[in-house]
Amino acid sequence: MSKFRNLVIGTALVGTLTAAPAFAEKFGLGRPALPEEIAAWNVDVAPDGTGLPEGSGSVEDGERLFSDNCAVCHGEFAEGVGNWPKLAGGEGTLDHEDPLKTVGSYWPYLSTAWDYVHRSMPFGGAQSLSVDEVYAITAYILYSNYLVEEDFVLSNENFLDVEMPNADGFIVDDREEAEAHFWNAEPCMEDCKDSVEITMRAAVLDVTPEEETDEVATEQEEITAAADTQEAAAPVAAPDPELVAAGEKVFRQCASCHQIGEDAKHRVGPVLNGVVGRKVAQAEGFRYSPALQEAGEEGMVWDHETLDAYLESPRDVIKRGRMSFQGLRKDEDREAVIAYLRSFN
Amino acid sequence: MTDQSQPSTTRRGFIKAGLATGGAIAAGGAANAAEPDPLITEIQPWAQGLGDGVDAVPYGLPIEYEDDVIRRNVEWLTADTISSINFTPIHALDGTITPQGCAFERHHSGAIELRKQDYRLMINGLVDRPLIFTYEDLERFPRENRVYFCECAANSGMEWAGAQLNGAQFTHGMIHNMEYSGVPLRTLLEEAGVQTEGKWIYVEGADASSNGRSIPLEKAMDDVLVAFKANGEALRKEHGYPVRLVVPGWEGNLWVKWLRRIEVTPQAIQSREETSKYTDTLADGTSRKWTWEMDAKSVITSPSPQSPITHGPGPLVITGLAWSGRGAIERVDVTIDGGKTWQTARLAQPGQDKAISRFYLDIEWDGSEMFLQSRAVDSTGYVQPTKDQLREVRGLNSIYHNNGIQTWWVNGNGEAENVEIS
Repeated sequence: MSKFRNLVIGTALVGTLTAAPAFAEKFGLGRPALPEEIAAWNVDVAPDGTGLPEGSGSVEDGERLFSDNCAVCHGEFAEGVGNWPKLAGGEGTLDHEDPLKTVGSYWPYLSTAWDYVHRSMPFGGAQSLSVDEVYAITAYILYSNYLVEEDFVLSNENFLDVEMPNADGFIVDDREEAEAHFWNAEPCMEDCKDSVEITMRAAVLDVTPEEETDEVATEQEEITAAADTQEAAAPVAAPDPELVAAGEKVFRQCASCHQIGEDAKHRVGPVLNGVVGRKVAQAEGFRYSPALQEAGEEGMVWDHETLDAYLESPRDVIKRGRMSFQGLRKDEDREAVIAYLRSFN
Repeated sequence: MTDQSQPSTTRRGFIKAGLATGGAIAAGGAANAAEPDPLITEIQPWAQGLGDGVDAVPYGLPIEYEDDVIRRNVEWLTADTISSINFTPIHALDGTITPQGCAFERHHSGAIELRKQDYRLMINGLVDRPLIFTYEDLERFPRENRVYFCECAANSGMEWAGAQLNGAQFTHGMIHNMEYSGVPLRTLLEEAGVQTEGKWIYVEGADASSNGRSIPLEKAMDDVLVAFKANGEALRKEHGYPVRLVVPGWEGNLWVKWLRRIEVTPQAIQSREETSKYTDTLADGTSRKWTWEMDAKSVITSPSPQSPITHGPGPLVITGLAWSGRGAIERVDVTIDGGKTWQTARLAQPGQDKAISRFYLDIEWDGSEMFLQSRAVDSTGYVQPTKDQLREVRGLNSIYHNNGIQTWWVNGNGEAENVEIS
């Protein structure tokens, strides 16, 4: 009975599709996806080029775009910064100890690189690049792997002509054959070996995360308590707690590069403790871009107005800065995140 | 490697407290009390005053004394916690169901907040009717309840080259086991009508990484679930609220969180996650792809480096977990002498298909050093191999799918260390 009722609702929604013979057995739930909706989400690209949109981009444009959008994590030459992925190099290392797996040395299909840059990069600003920009960045990644010349232009037309060095480097899972001896072996239960010697110890490497000891915890509590007292004594108006809480959420967009708070460390971007109201480029131990250093030397200060403009569009304020962030478009988001930053002053 | 006389774990603060009493009460069994126990003879505050009323905590958390039973991260593993992994405290849990609050997390672009009312699931590609479902729609399909383990393919991946991390949480904690409520993916695909050219599905999430993966249609029509509840309650944000994919027995990366789209395709898409990652490089430089099944594996969770023996010789419960992505756990053998002799452990319950089994071996410990290992056998006859057997086939660079036998070296004080033995 309930199935019949569902069917009626479904029919009303599906309209012209009701002629399908198998339909009577279905639940009639959901509604037809509109072509615009499918186009918005169906952006994956297959190795044979299915899904690849028309467009093109040059190595030359790609170099600039890469520097602006990608180099902060992946390095100017796609060589990688810190623990972030290296995109170039590693040729001939796959059978070595610790192989270097990059787009050039490992990735079997160019479609994968195009698709991933288009869909998920830059980190924290996914889908902000145009189709042509993605072609250009992909072309630059190929160039940085010495796979194309500097005057190369990648397009949907020549996409499948690019040869990926490790295209034939993969086999389909063969465990059931190559490891067949792991099956049906009657495992030994008695007198299985004569002696047992230790061959490796984890304690020698000593890379396991340490727990906080009681002493450290107490010390930190004392520091926090002292800070609390100081804060209570300070006459400056504290930021609105609700705004700070909203700002904490907005800050997640920043958190891929910036840390803030007690144990904050410099990452891709500097620690932001105390940044509000301070002169530009002052975080100790951080290597700022020349552009930001210059601005600091000229006396620029992160006051409310400057921060607001910078957060809205970083490169409108610091032309050749390294912060590749698309900006916070909403006034209230910027207001909230500034309040959040202030709460660490 | 000069002084190997004692496993060295003493720098670990959380072990200290437990060990302080370890030696003293070494008599084992029923020691006679010298003096009456004040916890019994004196009236304690909790026996006199009153506790919290109901509603003191509308949604309960573990009591403060359990605040060390938490997920932990290994910071040097990844560039950033937003694209990273942490570990389930398996050394401190018992039974088989992992509480959501301490079940490991793996994100590629952070755990997003997606409201049910903003949730949409699209089915498109080679189907008769491309469809959009709301969250409410999903709740109107007949649903199932199933318990499955979810293990990251990289679990134990840091141990390929040798013993490295000192604790079951770190060596084997990229796993959880939950009871899922959800709709069979088959039901949704049939609703859309899969066309005969459709051989694969491509699934993706709503987060910035999207974490797209290709799955053969055969598996999709078999036991895959579109789940919205775990252990009876809504999925946690970090596990894909409001809807995730459950791909029983197969590597965790396929269990797409914040599931937003299922595309029926004629071919695998070969996304980043199934080419540059989650492929297993062999010694000769070629790499296996589509290594989906998680082979049979087990680990002793206690005693272990984070869970030393603190009670001295006498009755000792050795316990651990076993699981297989190819079927049910049939049997677990345990050795205390590094593999010279093995005993078959007791399974707490008969093994369930693609779910975790708990095993126990109850022994009388004589206080001498032990080399503890466990070895799982699954319903397909697969016997968990040693790490060296795996290395013989695969070399050292596979990263993923390390299901080799784990060794804990327990010394006379009950402290344990992650080691490898001959």
